[in-house]
Amino acid sequence: MAIASVEAFFIIKGGVSKVEQANAKKELFNAGKVDSFHKNKTYPFSTGHFFLRRFEDGGFLAMSVKCTHLGCVVNSNLETGGFNCPCHRSQFNRFGEVLAAPATRPLDIFPIVIKNGEILIDTNKAVKRTSFEKSQLTYA
Amino acid sequence: MTKEKTEKKTPSSIEKFILHLHPARIDKRALKFNRTFGLGGILALLFIILGVTGLILRFSYIPTIDHAYDSVVSLQRDTVFGQFIRNLHHISAMLMMVVAFLHLIRTYYSQAIFKKRAENWIYGLIMMFMIIASSFTGYLLPWDQLAYWAVTVITQIIEYIPFIGHSLANMVRGSDVVDGNTLLNFYTLHTGIIPMTFLFLMSMHFWLIRKAGGVALPKQDNTEKVNVIPNLIWLEIMVAALLIAGIFVASVFYHAPLQEQANPMNSPNPSKAPWYFLGAQELLLHLHPFFSAVILPLVVGVFFFYLPYFKYDNLNIGVWFNSPLGKKMTIHASIFAFVFTFILIYLLEHFLHFDIWFASVGSWFATGLVPFAIYVIPVSGYLFYWKKKHGAKTEELVMTITTILMSSYITMLLISLLLRGKGMLMII
Ligand code: FES
Repeated sequence: MAIASVEAFFIIKGGVSKVEQANAKKELFNAGKVDSFHKNKTYPFSTGHFFLRRFEDGGFLAMSVKCTHLGCVVNSNLETGGFNCPCHRSQFNRFGEVLAAPATRPLDIFPIVIKNGEILIDTNKAVKRTSFEKSQLTYA
Repeated sequence: MTKEKTEKKTPSSIEKFILHLHPARIDKRALKFNRTFGLGGILALLFIILGVTGLILRFSYIPTIDHAYDSVVSLQRDTVFGQFIRNLHHISAMLMMVVAFLHLIRTYYSQAIFKKRAENWIYGLIMMFMIIASSFTGYLLPWDQLAYWAVTVITQIIEYIPFIGHSLANMVRGSDVVDGNTLLNFYTLHTGIIPMTFLFLMSMHFWLIRKAGGVALPKQDNTEKVNVIPNLIWLEIMVAALLIAGIFVASVFYHAPLQEQANPMNSPNPSKAPWYFLGAQELLLHLHPFFSAVILPLVVGVFFFYLPYFKYDNLNIGVWFNSPLGKKMTIHASIFAFVFTFILIYLLEHFLHFDIWFASVGSWFATGLVPFAIYVIPVSGYLFYWKKKHGAKTEELVMTITTILMSSYITMLLISLLLRGKGMLMII
């Protein structure tokens, strides 16, 4: 009986979750030439699900659009350079750090590589973080 | 069941069937409309309407992300009575949420959930959960913006459950994001597993009511009995006819909403959950997700399931509010909870920024324990006041806690529904 129910559980689970098949590997997202991005500005890439921000010193940060609270897509706030979430009004600053709850950690970031003057972003690998650090920036 | 001698004719087969659901004779007081308001019967009827309209909708619905939305649109545009059937289904589902809640309130406050009825209370609660699950899974099917984001948020809540959360959420979604797999899972649950389970639970629910002797009534020495056929049956037919007529008329004028097609790249602003979840959404705004999405629902859930089993000494089964003091406390507590919750949320919105003040201590403390304490301490004081000043007993105190919980939820629901605009900011 016990074995049968364990087996039944796995059969059902196998039928219900189809996660494995969904994760096919994808190529890096090409955001374009380094020079085309102005300093101190945020660029939304909705197809790649990230915001690319270039800071004053020229460093790049690719932040996920997915709110760390419950997964809505945050909007960029043009006045502060930060981000607001339309679902439970979490607010993030321009580094993606939490300004106002309920979100409890900063927006995830995607690794960036810069090759031949082009910015390539690995949108399959969201990196969790607890705060913004200088080392998260990528320079040309 | 001894048959009376005056009754000569044998019941027809349909009458026999009815007599399987009802006893042959019942207490006259059970017929009084404001004893039950016919709520349980209305729910059964709504379930049937949902089943029939749901089966019809299945003919034109396609459960894939490429076609789901279009199939709903073309149902509404090209099929004769398509829109009408969808409206019927939608309105009945909404009504079911409301009526189920009222039925729960009615049985609880008329003290009909204790002793041998306790088990049926549990079945009832599970069915309430099923109704919510059914509405929620049905929500995704049109694959519009509302559907997509409501489901994204709610399935993500599961991820906050420690240890198993992540794999559980993935299992529900069938994927790590809401996609075609989720749609298929929800479709199967909504049109197969949930209604089937519900049918079983409903049968148990009815049978247990009969076993407990029908509607719970206050004790009385000499009771007057009447025949179910025709007395109760006519009443049931009348309520059913009125209800069906009402839903049909409503379905002509009120159209089931359909927003733009789901767009995973853009959340609508504001993104609001289905209305019955808005109380939960409001809670999510103010509390650390682990508190609002895991601890609180768990505690409240256990409390509700445990309701019939507290140590009571003065149960008055079938008596509304148990006692005059109970009635007074219930009314008082519902007003108290409404005002208190409203003021607390207003202050949290505009003045009490714990998340900023205590940022260094950690969000657990700042948006978890602190607001939790701010709510629980005054409420405890309030209960203590009734106990000390008015000598309230366990049954009255438990009833007051229940009232406070429900009234707080409704308050949050109303705030979220009426007072939140763009960016989910409060508009007052
Ligand atoms: S999902 Fe962004 S605040 Fe809740």
